[in-house]
Amino acid sequence: MSDIASRGYADPSVLVSTEWVAEHLNDPNVRIIESNEDTLLYASGHLPGSVHVDWTHDLNDPVRRDYITRKGFESLMSRIGATPKTTVVFYGDKNNWWACYAFWVFQLFGHRNAKVMDGGRLKWEKEGRALTRDVTSITASKYKAPERKDKPVRAFRQEVIAHQQKKGQLVDVRSPEEYAGTRMHMPDYPNEGALRGGHIPGAKSIPWARAINPDDGTFKSAGELTDLYVKMNKLNKAKPTIAYCRIGERSSHTWFALKYLLGFKNVRNYDGSWTEWGNSVGLPIEK
Amino acid sequence: MLDTFAMFDDPTDRTNLLLSYADKFKEVPPTVAVRPFDRSHLVPHCESEAYAWAVRQPGGTLKLYFAVENPSGVSAKALAAILDRTLSGLPASEIAQVDPEIVERIFRQNISMGKGLGLMSMVQSVRALAKAAG
Repeated sequence: MSDIASRGYADPSVLVSTEWVAEHLNDPNVRIIESNEDTLLYASGHLPGSVHVDWTHDLNDPVRRDYITRKGFESLMSRIGATPKTTVVFYGDKNNWWACYAFWVFQLFGHRNAKVMDGGRLKWEKEGRALTRDVTSITASKYKAPERKDKPVRAFRQEVIAHQQKKGQLVDVRSPEEYAGTRMHMPDYPNEGALRGGHIPGAKSIPWARAINPDDGTFKSAGELTDLYVKMNKLNKAKPTIAYCRIGERSSHTWFALKYLLGFKNVRNYDGSWTEWGNSVGLPIEK
Repeated sequence: MLDTFAMFDDPTDRTNLLLSYADKFKEVPPTVAVRPFDRSHLVPHCESEAYAWAVRQPGGTLKLYFAVENPSGVSAKALAAILDRTLSGLPASEIAQVDPEIVERIFRQNISMGKGLGLMSMVQSVRALAKAAG
């Protein structure tokens, strides 16, 4: 039994090890995708044969605050040479934070054949595995995507308001300082513009990185995650749950952990997050 | 320098140019600072945990030094190398005039808003060091 399979996850198939990726670098049915915060990081050295998906330019609409359309997704998948049958494997910096974000956006278009490389860049580099600056040669594919389907995995403002009024489960994955309203951005990060600090009333404070083993960036075991989310913070796997952060990136990491690793039945990511809630007139805020 | 970057419209060319500067990045020498670095030199709001120093040179000019503690902070290393190459050797009064908006012109599509603000903070730190030395 592999290390991942032994950790007791609800759906271990969404995680692959660095060993598995190393063995599939030349697999034509697998496309390795790097997503980072720093867009220069991929160019500075990436997994051989991997492609770059930039969260700002490839996944977001270029004008309005929203994600790409079906046409944009088809174009992206064509560019990276993926078909609906291709297994896409995401990895990146910051403990796979952006990799999980890209994974989540891919789910808006129903690309279920998706995985995350456990440990991301940190583990790959610590193991001394190969990185290259070679430009990956890709033959464009044809990809027919369905219309974007937000409802199963994405929560919008009005839905969050209704959820909060019903005292539904909310997880605030930002730093404790952001949750408390003493700061409106991550420690050491610039303020990207929320007018009010605090959190959505009733939300539990569970910073996203607590799901990670800091030494190698791998996810904690199902037992440890259960201790964190279910036992310590009293979240019920059977109840609808919404995770949020600042713009929905960190919370996509928690969404991934809750949905796939712990098997929460109905968990959505509120990508409007605090930059929407903290700027909205009249919405309730708790400090 | 800005004229050079202005000539690179193609995103791939611009990325490669930025990367070439990141490759030239040299960390602050131990004669100037050693770990743990003095937190007063930490660039605020920069997630790459960058530090900046300005050392007075004979003739009244300044030499800039940087450290970037986040190994993934490639953009911060690129900007540090650019600032060193363009500003070191100038009088403090000139360095104090550098406009943080140069970050937009150098990185253009290569940064998100958050990262852009962090990199601008590096320029602001250099300005502050120059003003203090002037």
